[in-house]
Amino acid sequence: MKRTSRSRLLRLILPFSATLLLSGCQWAVLNPAGPIGVAEKWIIDTAIGLMLLVVAPVIVLTLFIVWHYRASNTKARYEPDWCHSTKIELTMWGIPIAIVCILSVIAWRSSHQLSPFRPILSNVKPVHIEAVAMDWKWLFIYPNHNIASVNEVAMPVGVPVVFHITSATVMNSFFIPRLGSQIYAMANMQTADNLVASAPGTYRGISANFSGGGFSGMVFNVKAMSESDYKRWLAKAGSSTRTLNDTEYLALDKPSSDVPVTYYGHVNPDLFAQILNGRLAPGGPLAMKATTITSGGEMGPIGRD
Amino acid sequence: MFGKLTLSAIPYTNPIIMFGVGLLALVILSTLGAITYFRKWKYLWTEWLTSVDHKKIGIMYLILAGLMLLRGFADAIMMRTQQALSYGSNMGYLPPGHFDQIFTAHGTIMIFFMAMPFIIGLMNCIVPLQIGARDVAFPLMNNLSLWLTAAGAMLVNVSLAIGNFSRTGWLAYPPLSELHYSPGVGVDYYIWALQVAGVGTTLSGVNFITTILKMRAPGMKMMRMPVFTWTSLIANVLIVAAFPILTVTLGLLAMDRYVGTHFFTNALGGDPMMYVNLIWIWGHPEVYILILPLFGVYGEIVPTFSGKRLFGYTSMVYATVAIGLLSLLVWLHHFFTMGNSPGVNAFFGISTMFIAIPTGVKVFNWMLTMYRGRIRLETPMLWTIAFLITFTIGGMSGMLLAEPPADFVLHNSLFLIAHFHNVIIGGVVFGVFAGLSYWAPKILGFKLNDTLGRAAFWCWVVGFYVAFMPLYVLGFMGATRRMDHYNVPAWHPLFVVAWVGAVIIFAGIILQVAQVVVSIRQREQNRDLTGDPWNGRTLEWALPSPAPAYNFARTPVVRDRDAFWEMKQRGVELKSSTFVPIHMPRNKATGFIIGGFSFLLAFGMIWHIWWLAAICLAGVLGTLIRHAFDDDRDYYLGADEVRRTEDLHGRVQARSV
Amino acid sequence: MSKGSMVMQDGSLALKPGYADHAADALRDLHQTGDAVFVDVEPHHEPASLIQLGFWIYLMSDCLLFSGLFATYAVLHGHTAGGPTPSQLFDLPYTLTETMFLLFSSFTCGLATLAMNADKKNATLGWLAVTFVLGLGFVIMEVHEFVGMVAIGATAGRSAFLSCFFTLVGTHGLHVTCGLIFMAVMMAAVAKKGLTATNRARLNCMMLFWHFLDIIWVGVFSLVYLSGVVH
Repeated sequence: MKRTSRSRLLRLILPFSATLLLSGCQWAVLNPAGPIGVAEKWIIDTAIGLMLLVVAPVIVLTLFIVWHYRASNTKARYEPDWCHSTKIELTMWGIPIAIVCILSVIAWRSSHQLSPFRPILSNVKPVHIEAVAMDWKWLFIYPNHNIASVNEVAMPVGVPVVFHITSATVMNSFFIPRLGSQIYAMANMQTADNLVASAPGTYRGISANFSGGGFSGMVFNVKAMSESDYKRWLAKAGSSTRTLNDTEYLALDKPSSDVPVTYYGHVNPDLFAQILNGRLAPGGPLAMKATTITSGGEMGPIGRD
Repeated sequence: MFGKLTLSAIPYTNPIIMFGVGLLALVILSTLGAITYFRKWKYLWTEWLTSVDHKKIGIMYLILAGLMLLRGFADAIMMRTQQALSYGSNMGYLPPGHFDQIFTAHGTIMIFFMAMPFIIGLMNCIVPLQIGARDVAFPLMNNLSLWLTAAGAMLVNVSLAIGNFSRTGWLAYPPLSELHYSPGVGVDYYIWALQVAGVGTTLSGVNFITTILKMRAPGMKMMRMPVFTWTSLIANVLIVAAFPILTVTLGLLAMDRYVGTHFFTNALGGDPMMYVNLIWIWGHPEVYILILPLFGVYGEIVPTFSGKRLFGYTSMVYATVAIGLLSLLVWLHHFFTMGNSPGVNAFFGISTMFIAIPTGVKVFNWMLTMYRGRIRLETPMLWTIAFLITFTIGGMSGMLLAEPPADFVLHNSLFLIAHFHNVIIGGVVFGVFAGLSYWAPKILGFKLNDTLGRAAFWCWVVGFYVAFMPLYVLGFMGATRRMDHYNVPAWHPLFVVAWVGAVIIFAGIILQVAQVVVSIRQREQNRDLTGDPWNGRTLEWALPSPAPAYNFARTPVVRDRDAFWEMKQRGVELKSSTFVPIHMPRNKATGFIIGGFSFLLAFGMIWHIWWLAAICLAGVLGTLIRHAFDDDRDYYLGADEVRRTEDLHGRVQARSV
Repeated sequence: MSKGSMVMQDGSLALKPGYADHAADALRDLHQTGDAVFVDVEPHHEPASLIQLGFWIYLMSDCLLFSGLFATYAVLHGHTAGGPTPSQLFDLPYTLTETMFLLFSSFTCGLATLAMNADKKNATLGWLAVTFVLGLGFVIMEVHEFVGMVAIGATAGRSAFLSCFFTLVGTHGLHVTCGLIFMAVMMAAVAKKGLTATNRARLNCMMLFWHFLDIIWVGVFSLVYLSGVVH
């Protein structure tokens, strides 16, 4: 593409003005589109607020002390040997202890409530989606519909979604910033991420853990849509003539990046299990027992076995 | 014959790399040329390279760290430029494979070969003086540590010209770092550079613990030690506790890559999560190894420039010990998102937050030390104030990341990058600069140029905020780390701002280089003839600047915390009329030779040149054994010689009653 | 006057070797000598106590290195990936014999210490030689065990369990080998120069190292072999 110097200048200036006009949706983490993200934003807000109670006065006081007790201000009190005060020291330990205790309570409770493994309470039956991190794209399998897609995942608004996550390659991290919680995708292991979207829209999904050369192009679209649109999407994907069998899978497994959205109208029913147990791993079928990560919490194991 | 090494390992088709290599070669060749021209080889060899004097070794560490700061910063500005450009249809100027090497090298160099040599250099220069010791406990081992560290640094830089460096990120998470996904020599360079330097660091740890525990001047009880010595002690305890784990972790990764074992592979029962745990069991204490000594630096600077005793010395010491202990119990907060049970996450989140308590206490201590003081805003103090504010902000973002659910959305994002640069630049780097400008007169004998120092300070501070505050914002916008390209329009302006910040920091670095050059040229004007240019409080200021080879001609008796301050209060002059011969260690080439063999041994292992590796291993062993039979290790500096040197500094007292 | 110091002509103190050890004594003495500004280290500075402490710290770091390997073994020993399991591979009587070699070598190493403290050069050398032979026997037995395993396909690359096994046991074996080299060098040094102060300090370190390896082996034997067969 040929560019004139004027359009270059524009390109340089425009983004800056654009920053000022940033619409809310750019603030991914701070503008969540689902209850998990909202809860996590609440924690961010609360923690920052609580810490500012100490941090802001500390910064202001530091600057004040430096200014007031500057060497040229000979009127200020000078006590070269004053170096201990039990009262002050107790306060000094006490304040951070108090703040940390409050934050610890939040940490303990929220770690349990917002564990990615924990199913979201709802009277609607959750949707199960299997997500596989590959070099460098995401494969999504809808086990109940026998369809799959690459770099695009659709979910109905208001319905909890359980992502069952593994990796066909190195460590990645499954992350949809506007929906909340990320979790690692690791080969031979299964993790889970329970998310729900509360508003329709297209959200950005990424791998949040560096995984090699094509990592930057490992972006997927999350389409949150109404129940009827979701059904239409399923039908559209299902109508694809491509079948994700072993051959097709091994072709897909070859490293590639910025892969366009692809649908598979039919999928080997136990594909995810086979990826998980390493049968399809590079080097041929391997008899390995897949390790299942369990939540260990009150929810019990989430694994498939 | 040469293993995997062929001529094609030299990336002569890549103009960017070749420019870097050319620049490096030019600098090295002109340095070597200058040494030859001025006929300084012998001087360099006998007085410096083989020196066992902790002060000279310290200076060499500082030079190494300074050079690596330049290299690491070159990587940084290249990354910032790439990310400022590489948006939308523009792919920037770096292909992914190259970009990945750059961020890996940046992290590796900045932590292992910039920050570590800076703190070990400062410890070398100052700790023995502060405790009134003759030298460190094992002077020759100290020299060996230096050369092992330098060999590691060399390996990272050689990878620029021969082969390539790791593309895995600075902690080389498997399976990405396994042979299957990283078949080149990059990860091997990484492993061996760190292994060789790591041995050096561990030996430094052993050395300094022994020195501090055993060689303090009489009267200097533990609770009378200067705070810098205290924090150095704890940092070295952490070194000895943590570095063996790094050695094991990298050793196992090397086994996977060389022998075909399955510790961390995807196949045959390997478990990459084990690596992640192990590397952070080292990695988190490492962060505190870096920051603790600098807490000590601030703890020296604030009382000196406030003209006041340190507030809450005891609290400060206990806080340091507490931080040291807690730092061993928090490693899991680096991977809350790995699928741990909520209880485990919460435990490590809370233990992390507990570190904020002693750290907060330290901040209050510094503030209260300034309170009712007479604050002189000299450059070291400026850095300290910038630290107090910057580090507090960094601590706050760290606390936020310690909340596991907050981490679920911020982990690995640019928010995290902003956080740790906030504490590492704001804490470690500012601290190093504070310490260097504070102790420069003691180390070099003259003060550094003040105008340039202040200008550099403002560039660094402003540059830091301009470069890293946008990254916090980007993190909230869902931008993750290590991207060589992105498509989100809203991110682009912020990346450009961050780039501007990096350029401002660059200006600061240029000013610092100029500061060093100008200061050396003006050394006669700025010479410190008193030995105590800042009205200091601790023992190092009781010595002339720079300190004579033997440090104290006669060991001073310590009666209080601020030992030298107390002497000045009592009107005691550290002059003497009688002198005794001083027992001195002799300079030896052993450390340099073992360092050289280690470098070649690693190089042989990296390129699978087995014969070279075998010869060098034998060389290391042989040198050690030969050294064991060498009895000519020390000599006595005669009392007359000592008297003459002391006389030069006006420290001889006419014979009294 | 305490045994650690003496007063110089000008009223300052001179301390005997390892002066920090005697800092407390010196402080006491300060009360008697008014306000001395200086103390002098006696010229014959002997850093044996420094070497001893330094070596202990090194041993602790080595201990942590092994703890890393033990931890890895503990986590991964069940990952046999369809390959041989501990109970199929380990031959307890054989390993017990191997263990006895090392335990006895520790005992004879202790006898060498006694001989050294009694200033008996030849006895020291003799016991060191016995220790050396026992240590060498241990290494040979270990290598033999490894060779046997590799021969039946139980290589380090077969499974994560075997990777851990070979690495943990092999690292210990490598340490013992280093210990043997250390011992050989010390025997040569003692033979050449006798039981000098330097040689004593180093012999003490070597012997510490040897006993340390013995203790590590007890850990290896219980965690790897014993529990492997019992399971």
